[in-house]
Amino acid sequence: MSELISEDARSWIGRSGEPQRIEINRSDIVKYAIATEQRQEKYLKGDEAPPMFMYGALRPLVPMDELGPDGISVDKFLPELPLKRVMAGGTEMTFHRTVHPGDVIVATRSLSDIIEKQGSTGPLIFVVYDLRVETEAGELVMEERQTRILR
Amino acid sequence: MSDINISALAVGETLPERSHTATNVSLFLYNAIIWNPHRIHYDETYTTQVEKHPGVVIDGPLQGDWLNQVVLNWMGDSGTLTRFNYSNRRASYLGETLTSGGVITAVDPAAKTVDMDIFIKNEKGDVITPGTAQVRFS
Repeated sequence: MSELISEDARSWIGRSGEPQRIEINRSDIVKYAIATEQRQEKYLKGDEAPPMFMYGALRPLVPMDELGPDGISVDKFLPELPLKRVMAGGTEMTFHRTVHPGDVIVATRSLSDIIEKQGSTGPLIFVVYDLRVETEAGELVMEERQTRILR
Repeated sequence: MSDINISALAVGETLPERSHTATNVSLFLYNAIIWNPHRIHYDETYTTQVEKHPGVVIDGPLQGDWLNQVVLNWMGDSGTLTRFNYSNRRASYLGETLTSGGVITAVDPAAKTVDMDIFIKNEKGDVITPGTAQVRFS
């Protein structure tokens, strides 16, 4: 049934990546608020992070030589799959607590599923990740399910 | 933005629309702060010649944020965003003006929750980034 997903790739389902620890600072929130044209003072002054701020805060920081000519860093938390062109799929978030300057958060990503589908222009592979974000003290901040589409 | 009383809300009621016109400057700043060096968001020659897009690509997650703001700016401090999902169905390019908006799909006064469909439309009126959100009123 699955022609594109190897047994080795399938064995990645259920794995978790290294937890990422991030210190939230006000100026990053202010920059994000300006770039996204927020309208509320609490975001523009950096008192509180807009919910989607975490998306940027958790993006990978890799040395320059790990960036390809397209500017993308290869996500090592992805098994070998025969389709290479990556598109952002959908994302579902559940928010438990707002984020403020001085918070220290810990994010852990797990690879939850790899699904093969037939798209209108050819085969597609959906890779599903679950992200869990907590404070350093263990308080749940948000959960996110991200889908990445390979074609 | 004002205080919203959940008992005054009804299914079908719309949230205020807003238009968004990304520029080279706004896309640069957005990709800088999210630390995204993918050239399709700032290098037009590369984007059209190598990745074969018709123009510089407006980030999907930026549209996700604009969807979020439909809800956040509507409810202000009357409630909290508890759930949100979206998916980028079609790409959008620099030069396009996008419109964000939403409509209430469910009101539960007992649980104090309101559900809504939210959208980003292109100039033709096609929904390119649909989503849903749930807020809980205090």
